[in-house]
Amino acid sequence: MRAYTPKDNVQKKPYYTDRYWVAPQVAKHDVSSDEVFAADLEAIKAKFDVLDAYIQVEQMVVVINAHDNFAVIEMLKNERAYNQLSEMSAIDWLATEGKFEIFYQMLSMTKRKRVRIKCKIDEKESIQSVEKLFRSADWSEREMYDMFGVVVNNHPFMKRILMPDDWEGFPLRKTYPLQGDEFAAWYEVDKIFGKEAREIIGPENRDPARIDRYDTERFSRLGHEVPFGTDITQGEPDTPLVYQESEGVFLIEKFDAEKSVVISDRDR
Amino acid sequence: MQQSNRLRPFFENITFDRADNEMILNFGPQHPSAHGQLRLMLHMQQEQITKAHPDIGYLHRGMEKMAENMIYNEFMPTTDRMDYIASSSNNYGFALAVERLIGLEVPRRAKVIRMMLLETNRLMSHLFWLATTALDIGAMTVFLFAFREREYLMDLIEDYCGARLTHSAVRIGGVPLDLPDNFIGDLRKFLDKLPENIKDYEDLLDTNRIWLMRMENVGVISTEMALSWGCSGVMLRASGVEWDIRKEEPYELYDEVEFNVPVSDKGDNYARYKLYMAEMRESAKILYQVLDMYEGTEPALMAHAPQYISAPKLDIMTQNYSLMQHFVLVTQGMRPPVGEVYIPTESPKGELGYYINSQGGAYPYRLKLRAPSFWHTGILTDLLPGHYIPDVVSIIGTTNIVFGEVDR
Repeated sequence: MRAYTPKDNVQKKPYYTDRYWVAPQVAKHDVSSDEVFAADLEAIKAKFDVLDAYIQVEQMVVVINAHDNFAVIEMLKNERAYNQLSEMSAIDWLATEGKFEIFYQMLSMTKRKRVRIKCKIDEKESIQSVEKLFRSADWSEREMYDMFGVVVNNHPFMKRILMPDDWEGFPLRKTYPLQGDEFAAWYEVDKIFGKEAREIIGPENRDPARIDRYDTERFSRLGHEVPFGTDITQGEPDTPLVYQESEGVFLIEKFDAEKSVVISDRDR
Repeated sequence: MQQSNRLRPFFENITFDRADNEMILNFGPQHPSAHGQLRLMLHMQQEQITKAHPDIGYLHRGMEKMAENMIYNEFMPTTDRMDYIASSSNNYGFALAVERLIGLEVPRRAKVIRMMLLETNRLMSHLFWLATTALDIGAMTVFLFAFREREYLMDLIEDYCGARLTHSAVRIGGVPLDLPDNFIGDLRKFLDKLPENIKDYEDLLDTNRIWLMRMENVGVISTEMALSWGCSGVMLRASGVEWDIRKEEPYELYDEVEFNVPVSDKGDNYARYKLYMAEMRESAKILYQVLDMYEGTEPALMAHAPQYISAPKLDIMTQNYSLMQHFVLVTQGMRPPVGEVYIPTESPKGELGYYINSQGGAYPYRLKLRAPSFWHTGILTDLLPGHYIPDVVSIIGTTNIVFGEVDR
């Protein structure tokens, strides 16, 4: 019987797993342990539902409802002095929960504090754009859409950013194989010559290190050069090396190890 | 499209037949001053840009996807390929993020060596920036001068780790090697000469009429725009925000060294150029202090944490248990605790952040690379309109974008 491979997560799995291994946790501290964060959290809690909040590695993490994302970030920007959105993206939890987790990494330069706002949405759900608040979200949200297929509402230019516009599939989902799917393998061939040309052209060789030692049309070995296209499967003819400088060419001298100088100190 | 049966002018890059006289110019992706694979679609009225669409992704290698399929130590050489002008800063950012996730304390000598690597990389990156930007604007001499100095630094790094461009010179938990004998002397020699080198560049550029015309009051970024676009590093400091992560959220030994954070409120190309020059001097200042710190540190180079970090080579070769640990760590990889972390560092280009979500496995569940150049490219959308074609080149130059980092 063929070994079972889950289809909802095709990422590489560790070869060895310990059934009794219990992973330790990175410590989560209570928000009240930091005055600045506690005040920020109070302000958020006054207006919005907070599902969870803690401090991990010196940064506050606040989990909110997805429909509050714009309002919470607007409040943090205008009232709590979080003046930069350093980063935002998604995490794929489709295999376990059927949800995407979206995180917004914010920075307050006056308070020297960083806050991560997180929320979860369903696979088909879309989220409100924060591009009106931070222009940097313009590109981040496009990247998130490109990589995860999370649609962002009210975005001025919802288009793929890193992958080609006509790409199929969302590369950072756990269901997307690392080597690419069938569409990816045939992308150039399909696009340039059409699907019917697949059989004629054959699958693209994506191993750039592959060398065929009998192929004299595309490979040559230094010191054993043969004329282009010679059949060497039955043994190769001995090709004597001839350098042009040995004939005596103007200004070109043959390398002489005796006369050459090795510079040991470049006088930095 | 060109139609062979009609005699109409056809230019590959330019479309003329628009009703409102608008021209669309396709800048790149193979333009020599696009600093890599940047494609800009510029809508023009005569010579003036009305709309700009940066198009990226030509160097996209899917590093975040790769990271999810690799053990943590395997990913280290991949980070080299982000900002390949200063690879050690990328290595360091990743190592620091994993260390904070695990909660490791790195030995002091490793910290000193890391500081040296970070600052030499900053110098290399700034010299490279100066060289290429000056070349784009036409100052060939500065290019040759700056590359000469960068070459010495590359030789130094080569002495340390054997590589010139993709260093991988930092490990999770420390550094792999101690400094070679000649390193400190050579670096000191270089630093002694650096002020006069910088003065040479400034003599060539500061009063240069062409340089000033291309730089002054071109590409002005307001404070609001810089903050809104997530700018960091010199791009932010040139717009009047005094924010250097080395100073504000110190990591490594940056709280022990004296240095200034140069700031300007002009926001134009020239301000950024001046900041890069000032930062080189500050880096030299830091390096002098770090060189003095090296003496008198304990020889340990890697943190002691058998669960995550292999023992020193001597132990591996002599003690069975260390060898077993090493074998497990190499074949299976370390398993950091469950949790997530976002660690920003001040790379030469700006805020380089690593977000790691670990589920306790040997592979990160999600790794997001926050590369500063990504937003410094995005800002071109708002920055370029109103400028002219020659300004595009100088603006791209001073944003200091590297496409390994933009596309990842």
